[in-house]
Formats: sequence, C-alpha cells, structure tokens
Amino acid sequence: MNDSRKLRILLGKVGLDGHDRGIIIVARALRDAGFEVIYTGLHNTPETVVEMAIQEDVDALGISVLSGAHNHIFPEILRLLKEHGIDDKTVFGGGIIPKEDIESLKEKGVQAVFEPGASTDDITLWIRENVTPRALS
Amino acid sequence: MCADKNNPEKIAFGKERWQKEYDRASKREGDVTTISGMEIDPLVTPLELKGLDYSKDLGFPGSYPYTRGIHSSMYRGRFWTMRQFAGFGTPEDTNKRFKYLLGQGQTGLSTAFDMPTLMGYDSDHERSRGEVGKEGVSVSSLADMEALFEGIDLEKITTSMTVNCTAAIIFAMYIVMAEKRGVSRDKLRGTLQNDMLKEFIAQREWISPPRPSVKIVVDVMEFCANEVPGWHPVSISGYHIREAGSTAVQELAFTLADGICYVEEGIKRGLDLDSFAPRLSFFFNVHNDFLEEVAKFRAARRMWARIMRERFGASDPKSCLLKTHAQTAGASLTAQQPINNVARVTIQALAAVLGGTQSLHTNSMDETLALPTEEAVTVALRTQQIIAEESGVANSIDPLGGSYLIESLTDRIEKEAVNYIDKIDSMGGIINAIQDSYPQKEIADSAYKYQRELDKGVKTIVGVNKYCSQDETISIPTLKIDEKVEHGQSEKLRRLKDKRDSGAVAKRLQDIVVAAREEENLMPCIIQAVREYATLGEISDVFREVYGVYSDPGYF
Repeated sequence: MNDSRKLRILLGKVGLDGHDRGIIIVARALRDAGFEVIYTGLHNTPETVVEMAIQEDVDALGISVLSGAHNHIFPEILRLLKEHGIDDKTVFGGGIIPKEDIESLKEKGVQAVFEPGASTDDITLWIRENVTPRALS
Repeated sequence: MCADKNNPEKIAFGKERWQKEYDRASKREGDVTTISGMEIDPLVTPLELKGLDYSKDLGFPGSYPYTRGIHSSMYRGRFWTMRQFAGFGTPEDTNKRFKYLLGQGQTGLSTAFDMPTLMGYDSDHERSRGEVGKEGVSVSSLADMEALFEGIDLEKITTSMTVNCTAAIIFAMYIVMAEKRGVSRDKLRGTLQNDMLKEFIAQREWISPPRPSVKIVVDVMEFCANEVPGWHPVSISGYHIREAGSTAVQELAFTLADGICYVEEGIKRGLDLDSFAPRLSFFFNVHNDFLEEVAKFRAARRMWARIMRERFGASDPKSCLLKTHAQTAGASLTAQQPINNVARVTIQALAAVLGGTQSLHTNSMDETLALPTEEAVTVALRTQQIIAEESGVANSIDPLGGSYLIESLTDRIEKEAVNYIDKIDSMGGIINAIQDSYPQKEIADSAYKYQRELDKGVKTIVGVNKYCSQDETISIPTLKIDEKVEHGQSEKLRRLKDKRDSGAVAKRLQDIVVAAREEENLMPCIIQAVREYATLGEISDVFREVYGVYSDPGYF
C-alpha cells in the first residue's frame, strides 16, 4: 500500500515575485510524474504557504523565488515549520539564487536548490530519492 | 525575354529536379523547426510566393502597410534608440547608473522599478520585506522620483518607465517632478508601459481585477491625449508573454489582441481614434530564432496597419504605425557558461534591427544571475553600437525583405496570429479570454512543451543540455544589492511622513476615492495627491479599497 501512495508536493510562490513560468512547468511535470501537486498561485506570504502545507498534509514544499528575496523567504518558512512542529517536511527550492546563497540556505535546512537550466527530470528524480512520505495516520 | 527569366514552369521544373536530389541526400540528425515549433521548408522559391502582391503586402518604408518599416528613411535617417533598462537599489544608485549610461552614448533612459513599487507597496510595508531595491529602483514618493532624475535634463532625453498597475501614480510623480523643475507637460517625452492586460496574461503584477485596471489605463491615455501630447501612454507588450513561454505567433497575437482592446476602450471613452492611436506603442521580445523573429516584426507592422485601417477605420496614417521597442530575450540567457550570452544577445539584437525596431535594449550576459554590473551593461550597449556602426546592416532599409523564406514566414506568422485573434474575438474579446484563462493556458502549454523538448534533447541550449562544461564555476562578477537599502528607504519614508502636511494628504486621498467611485478620470486627483507627497502605497490602497484586489487563480 505504502508504495502506491502518492507523494503530495506543495509548490509555492512567496512574496511579490510574479515569475511563474518555471513553477507552472514544474507543477505539470510533477503531476505527469504521478505526484499529487498543490500549487499556491502567486503572491503568498510565508504564513499562508505554511498554513496550506498543514491543511493539505503535504510531504514536501517546493518554493520558487526569482526576485532576490530568497534570503528572507526561505529562513522564514523554515522557522514557521519549526514553530508548528512540522519541520520534518522536506523543503526545496528553485529560481535565480547565487551559488554562495545556495550554500547558506542549505545550511539552514533547504534540502535542494534547483538552478536555471535544471531539467524537470532531475527534479522528479530528486524528489523520488529524497522525499520521505509522511507517516500514515 | 524578360518574362522568360522568371518563368514559373522553368522554376517548377528546376525545383522538382532539386527535390529529387535533396530527398536522396543524407541529412543531419536533429530538429529543424523554429524555436516556436514552426515547420521550416528546406528551400523556398518564388513558387511559394505566387500570392504575394508587392504593392499591397510589402509596399515602401513609411507607406501602408509598413511591412518594410514605419519611416521612409529608417536607419538611413537615424539609428534606433539604444535604451538600456536600468534600476536598482536607491534612487540615488540608479541616478548614478543613468548618468553613466548617458555618458557612454546611450540615447534614452529606461527605468526598472523594484517589486514593491510595481505592486503598490511602500518600502516600509510588511509585504516589501526582502524586496526593496532588488529587481529595480525603489520609489515610494515624489521625493524618490526627484532623486532619481536629479541632474538629468528632462527636455533632452526620452524616459521609458516599466510600470503597470501603479503607472498612473509613477507618471503623476514624473509630471510633478518635472513641473517643479520648470518643465511643462508638453515638453515631456517618453513611454509608460501601463499595459495591464499582459499583466494578467503573463507578467503578473496587479492590484485590482482586469476591468478597473483597464479603466485606469484608459484614464492615462485620455490624460495624455489632452495634456501630455509627446508621451506614449501605453506600451502594448508582448515581451513578457514571450518570456512566460509563448511561441512567436502567440506573442504577436495576444499583444495585438490587447492593442485592439485598448483602442476599443479609448473609443468607448469618447476619444477620437486619431487623437490617441498615434501615441500607442509596442514592445516585443526578440528571441534566438533569427529568421522567425525578423518575420515576426514585419508581420506585426502589417497586421497592426490592417487592423487600424480595416477594423477601426483610422484615417490618420500615424494611427496605423506599429512603433516598437524591442528587448532581447531574458529567458534565453543561461547561468551556465554565461559569456556565451553575449553571442545570443548579438544574434537577437541583429534580428530586432533587421526587423526594423525603433528602440532596443540588449540584455547583459549576467542577467540570469543578478542585475547587471556596469561592465556587463557596457558590453551589451557596445553590441548595439557594433551592429549600428560596424556591421553595415543599417545601410539599406529592410535588407531581408524579398527573401523567399522571410516573406513566406512573414505571411505564415500573420495568418496564424490572425487565427488567434479571430478566436479571441469569438470569445468576446481579450478581457473575457483572460477571465477564462485562455491565453494563460495557451502560453503554459507552449512553455511546457518546449521544456520537455529540452529535457529530451530535441531542442538544444548550448552549455545547458549540450556541450556542458564539467564542474563549472561562475566566472563573472555579479551585482549585489546592499541589504541596507531597505532600511534606508524605509527611514527616508518615515521622515517624509513626519514632515508632510498629513491633513492635506488625507484630503487628497479622499478626492481619489470620490473620483474613483464616480468613475471620473483619476489622473488629476493623483497628481494633486503626489504633489502633497502622498505615497505610492497610500494611493494603491485607494485602488484596493474602491476596486478590490485581484488574486491569482493558481491553475497549472
């Protein structure tokens, strides 16, 4: 049974950034790969995204940031997950994020950051290998 | 004798013979469609152009239908305007970059604003955290606008401002800033992007729903027709549609459909068509597929001329001109092997010039990593100068006109774009189509298809899915925005709010509420409000209160 259970992935846009070409492509690719995908739409706050992650009981959160606000957004989401006691959920991201910032985001708990040019196959494969399904209740 | 030279039977006979040899020849592996997926014939001959009527379909530069260019002299008259989009950090930071670019021979300014400014939030708003000065310059009040253009002669330059849902506010600040320096409205030259329709389709910066958003766009059109005759109140933009992943045909079709909507709304407002249509301008993307892009620009001019004359009955030839700015494709740049981007930008810029653009922004090689450094911007500007003054392509007008392939592509792009416009008409126009997410879905389908082709290696991006370097490290410097910008801008705003006449501000804001409720033109009230240093966020709050807030349907 466990094998057939679909992973639930929340994909989110946070902040004022309107670049959604990438995240819509990733959402479609993950859906086509057999995951359940919940897309938040644009212009969310870290709070609304974390609330949605709780309500939708997802296994992982993928956040896209192309506005340069990543050093504000990711730590805030990680902090809120911890505050709600659900920091076991995998957080990954993508966007225009400089290499040195990727390192520091990873130290803070972002599991992977996909840069421009990443293929949807890479992202799918990474999720299969790295996201642990949430405990069945 | 003469007639025999182009005898169709003789050409057909020759083509048949060639076709047999071509079919026998071995062919390289790989995709032979355009980047938009359009099939390309291996050879085009006069036979495929039998329907082309030179006088009716091409004509002469400066004459209907303007396929070969909107001016009779084109680049023999003067080169296109070299206009690099710039903006970051504080108004003072961007002012320095403006002066640098003007000093390097740039001939027009183009302002990039940060996300809070573009979305109607002041620099001290909670929603602005982490975003102040990041993707452009932070402007919350008239004081910021004054600092942005300090020491720049407003009568000598043309200023383009890329701003949409807050365009009326930013424009009001520009007008008051100029007025305080003694420059009257009739002397101002420039362009506001102010194209809300493409925001819902692609760029996704908005405050209120489509209909009130378009109402404010038309307010600015009406105000300019009466008060600021040298200004282009709307730049109808395909750029962002293409960046969101559309094909060339979709970019063209949705952009012209947006244009049709603004013209219809202007007429509904009671404006005389020829009083505002000549001031509409366009903004297209220019991507890697060189021939497709050249054909797209040519098709765009011909289509708009025909739409204006045949659909709207424009009598002033100026109403039929598709004047356009072009920018090389940001989405085509790669973070991998970033110096390769200089080659991409060169090809794209050349296509824009051979397509007959009026102004051009060339992207910098580092723009997929961060906002450009001064050095990278200089290379991008020099690329244009090399095309203009070394390559020789500006010596003859529309030098690719008459190419069998270019003419057949121009025709095909026009036909396919007309089909889209017919479909949008059948849906009741672009606003209805947007509310049904029709253009949004078409674009997302194209973007996904292209990405899958990249993933499968059907389409190539050098350095990304082919010819990759192992263990690549980024070897070019990038611009960092100081985190202090946010604090500094918020502080400045706090001091401004302490100093201004808060009673006058409140009254002026209330005037906008009343004007909005009574469906009056908002521009005069917004001008009065910014004069009292009402902020961009405060005026945007009026829009939120009166018109409501639009939220992303979030489909994928």
